[in-house]
Amino acid sequence: MNTIAPPPSARTAGAPSGHPSGDKRFKILEVFIKRQQQRQDALIEVLHKAQELFGYLDDGLLWFIAHGLRLPPSRVYGVATFYHFFKLKPQGAHTCVVCMGTACYVKGAHRILEALEQAAGIRAGGTTPDGRLSLLTARCIGACGLAPAVVYDDAVAALQTPESALERVKGWLNHGAG
Amino acid sequence: MVLAELQEIKERELAARKKVLITCCLAAGCMSSAGKQVKEALDRAVQAAGLDHDVEVRGVGCLRLCCEGPLVHVDPPGVLYQKVRPEDAASLVGTLSGGATAVQTADRTSPFFTRQLPIVLENCGRVDPERLESYIAHDGYLALRHVLRELSPAEVIAEITKSGLRGRGGAGYPTGLKWATVAKTASAKKYVICNADEGDPGAFMDRSVLESDPHRVLEGMSIAAYAVGADQGYIYVRAEYPLAIARLQTAIRQAKQFGLLGSGILESPFHFNVDIRIGAGAFVCGEETALMASIEGRRGQPRPRPPYPAESGLFGQPTLINNVETFANVPPILRRGAAWFASIGTERSKGTKVFALAGKIRRTGLIEVPMGIPLRTIVEDMGGGAPDGGRIKAVQTGGPSGGCIPAEHLDTPVDYESLTRLGSIMGSGGMIVMDERDNMVDVARFFMEFCMDESCGKCIPCRAGTVQMHELLRKILARRATARDLTTLEELCDLVKNTSLCGLGQTAPNPVLSTLRFFRREYLDLLQPEPWKAPAAAASSEPAP
Repeated sequence: MNTIAPPPSARTAGAPSGHPSGDKRFKILEVFIKRQQQRQDALIEVLHKAQELFGYLDDGLLWFIAHGLRLPPSRVYGVATFYHFFKLKPQGAHTCVVCMGTACYVKGAHRILEALEQAAGIRAGGTTPDGRLSLLTARCIGACGLAPAVVYDDAVAALQTPESALERVKGWLNHGAG
Repeated sequence: MVLAELQEIKERELAARKKVLITCCLAAGCMSSAGKQVKEALDRAVQAAGLDHDVEVRGVGCLRLCCEGPLVHVDPPGVLYQKVRPEDAASLVGTLSGGATAVQTADRTSPFFTRQLPIVLENCGRVDPERLESYIAHDGYLALRHVLRELSPAEVIAEITKSGLRGRGGAGYPTGLKWATVAKTASAKKYVICNADEGDPGAFMDRSVLESDPHRVLEGMSIAAYAVGADQGYIYVRAEYPLAIARLQTAIRQAKQFGLLGSGILESPFHFNVDIRIGAGAFVCGEETALMASIEGRRGQPRPRPPYPAESGLFGQPTLINNVETFANVPPILRRGAAWFASIGTERSKGTKVFALAGKIRRTGLIEVPMGIPLRTIVEDMGGGAPDGGRIKAVQTGGPSGGCIPAEHLDTPVDYESLTRLGSIMGSGGMIVMDERDNMVDVARFFMEFCMDESCGKCIPCRAGTVQMHELLRKILARRATARDLTTLEELCDLVKNTSLCGLGQTAPNPVLSTLRFFRREYLDLLQPEPWKAPAAAASSEPAP
């Protein structure tokens, strides 16, 4: 699973021209790559754009980018796996990011995380089997003055407790089904 | 643009000022407690009261006292309201016509505000970060104009050297010396990089500067580029700071429109461009060589130095790399003179330092204090001490590269040398207060886990050493370790510190070393007796034959 398998169609294709799947997002990405004048140092920018479009980076997408920037797939895969920000697996419909910065940690962020892990039945970094919720941790989101902080679907909530966090994600957890 | 035009913008901006200015904090802290909704509600309330002509509602950067957010400042009469809810908007606007409000006000006479000395943050909370005109109205870009018109690059460097400014990223390298080294290299292409990859957990100073006053950083970078002879700049920002990125993008666009970036800046032959590079969540990218690798689109792994970036940096060219706060200090130094700056602070640490005060303390938020201020003044007077009757046990500075300063050393002045003597570092400015309930061994483990996860894996001492040290700390915490494990831990600290490739590994043992130095008892209390010593102990208690 740690190799990039080129999609069958890409093996024979020359310079990428859209994507055989007909997905318009590939076209947008291709234009973006062209706008960077195919500079290889734009790889991280391109990965950001790809993740913004697709939500995560799967093997076919990484292959497409490698091809577009004329980089070895190993280099693209190496960079995508090096940085925490890039996701190689699909994320849940909702995300819940617990800040584990120092200020949040000394104010009990680990207790919030434990409570959420238990309620969702997943570990940090995982997604519930029904794909409804991804539970993540962050190094520090810079809201230290209001620790502990949790980010629910891009909205930062301050001064959280295990109870308030559980209350917030209750609707996203499908009990009994998972 | 010429001086007259700058002045015209300033005058127009000041003339357009309405009678009452309501500023709403829209920095990260207040944003996370509905600050944006408060501003929108105030906008509506002002309109409903028919006061649009007299009252301006302005979203600004950090108003400092994060723990009491969202904060709203009404001037006149100059009152800071705290914990404002959107539904309070009408009553706040009502106070302008003599009404009363139940909203709490913050005590502006408290030491939290009075002990601050804003230089880097002088505009923070005053200018509108999304309007260049607002920055110009507060003397923005005057320093750049002065530099381009009246000073040679060598004179700019001399001024910065004379001011005694040192790098605010943590290590404290003299800024003037760094600039001079880059200026000396003979190369047609040079780069200026602003390091805004604020990765230390518990630090949000750079973020506040970028979100509150982005033009100040651009102006500082332009002055630096002129001094060292660079024509291209990069700002490397964390992807975790979307608001800072958006505001920087706006600021760069506006500066280009006004001819303050691009070619022929302020009608001089000087040209300079700035691009933003967005990080992707790797702490090691705060290290300069790793950061440059990341800008080049590669894995953020450091490389051995020398050659230093000043000789061979980004794309193999001479590169000047400074932190956000360092650049933010540059315009005021050139506007007000090196002697003024050098008069603040201590003998070897000049100027001020911004700290993000957080943890077990009553008043959390952003502070800027003169160098040399005792730590006690910061945590007890300004921060108000520990909440809920707790007692302060230690203050952590420098994040995962720093250490814990115990309560008995609170009278230490805050400057580069004093903190280093105590086994900590100034760091980028995160200051986390811990109370008696915090277990220092667990704190050391927390930071070691951080370094273990963030190690880039290039050099073995850091890659393998941090894992082993983390394991040993866990073993100690689980009460399964013996004195021999503690010895191994100390040996490993020494090894990793002295043999790692970059700053991440070299400083990773610091939290362990500093807690061992001041809180050794806590480690010893968790140790188990060594099994092979037990029978010997029993034997020695028997009467001698």
